[in-house]
Amino acid sequence: MFLDGYGSLMLGGTWTTIKLGLLSMAVALIIGLIGASAKLSRSRPLRAIATAYTTLIRSVPDLVLMLLLFYSLQILLNRLTDWMSVEQIDIDPFAAGIATLSFIYGAYFTETFRAAFLAVPRGQMEAAVAHGMGAWLAFRRILFPQMMRFALPGIANNWQVLIKATALVSIIGLNDLLQATQDAGKASMQFFYFSVICAFIYLAITTISNGALILMERRYSIGFRRG
Amino acid sequence: MTIDRNTATDDRPIAVNVTNLHKHYGQLEVLKGVSLCARKGDVVSMIGSSGSGKSTFLRCINFLEMPSGGSIAVAGEQVKLEQKRGQTKPVDRRQLERVRTRLGMVFQGFNLWQHMTVLENLIEAPVHVLGVGKAEATERAEALLNRVGLYNKRGQYPAFLSGGQQQRVAIARALCMEPEVMLFDEPTSALDPELVSEVLKVIRSLAEEGRTMILVTHEMKFAREVSSHVIYLYKGVVEEEGNPQQVFGSPSSERCRQFVSAKGSAERV
Repeated sequence: MFLDGYGSLMLGGTWTTIKLGLLSMAVALIIGLIGASAKLSRSRPLRAIATAYTTLIRSVPDLVLMLLLFYSLQILLNRLTDWMSVEQIDIDPFAAGIATLSFIYGAYFTETFRAAFLAVPRGQMEAAVAHGMGAWLAFRRILFPQMMRFALPGIANNWQVLIKATALVSIIGLNDLLQATQDAGKASMQFFYFSVICAFIYLAITTISNGALILMERRYSIGFRRG
Repeated sequence: MTIDRNTATDDRPIAVNVTNLHKHYGQLEVLKGVSLCARKGDVVSMIGSSGSGKSTFLRCINFLEMPSGGSIAVAGEQVKLEQKRGQTKPVDRRQLERVRTRLGMVFQGFNLWQHMTVLENLIEAPVHVLGVGKAEATERAEALLNRVGLYNKRGQYPAFLSGGQQQRVAIARALCMEPEVMLFDEPTSALDPELVSEVLKVIRSLAEEGRTMILVTHEMKFAREVSSHVIYLYKGVVEEEGNPQQVFGSPSSERCRQFVSAKGSAERV
């Protein structure tokens, strides 16, 4: 076959990358929603914490953060286990990858959601409240669906950056697509060939997900005229 | 027919009773002790120039603005408020939400929910807040849309309707909650002149069927025709009030006289 028997290796790596991307995305979206609510809340301490989080994360390179979080978490955990004199617990690289990526991209999603919440006209929530809706109901039925229309372009953008950033996790020992590519390339002495294949797989992932996001944008733009 | 409002002979139940309402934003005092009592079937119009506090007063009635002082009772139920760190807060959120369902609010800017069709806008709160069944709410909504002449637009999204149509939908949406009192916050101020009458027609028909309404408006002729009671607000104080003949015909306040005559001549142009 054209992958010289490295097909299953590449496929496994692709699957890891997709799983990692989707799970990190899901957690990052939740962090983003929480972060945006904190930034828009009336409580000063909450706002300060959220602002510190987004400022700090967005001004440090992803790679630095990843090394910092992954290794420092392990060291902290080691100290803790030493102190409690129990056996050392190794952090699962996959879980660590998700934790790190979602922590980083949660900051970007915080900003995306904050802007999107602010873009929904005030009157929409006023009408909800005036009709007796409680905060949660109004959020779920009125604010969230309208906010998504403004957030989706930003979400699409962040997703694309996130899926590419998953390649960084190869340095913490995960067998993702990039790691598989390197293994296959080294073993077969066809590094260029496998790198091109790797690039095309990333391209395929982003193209397919772009299609899905366009469908979602259409779904959340119902009722709005194209201007 | 003129109803003498302050005699004991009037035994209609009190729908809204606002006593000595105050509202300030920091140093700025917007309302300085305004009271209003609307009995069932009353149509109370609030007039006054921009910045007189009339919209703020209306928005305080359903607590879109938290009053700084005074009390508000809707259908005999007084909303309990408390002061916390210099801010007014409801003691019981649930009570506040319950009271709001009895007040139908119509905004200047319509505020229809953009992501829902006309019919979905109408049934949203009855279904999710009041717990009315979907079929029943839809039946109620369709009858109301028929009444405001927009039944054939029920599947349309608000962005595709004219301002006048949107405001009629907004009125139907408020009515769909079967409120005890309707509140109108300058319902025609955002409309093109040629669309004003279709909205006023709907409001007039509500007045004629004996609905209790509180209306903030700049439409003097309309206010004179439909109101049972008119309040002229000036800088957060009730400067003049009484039946429309009194307020528009022979106001005792000089300011009020100037206001209604200037407004009146502007409308005749």
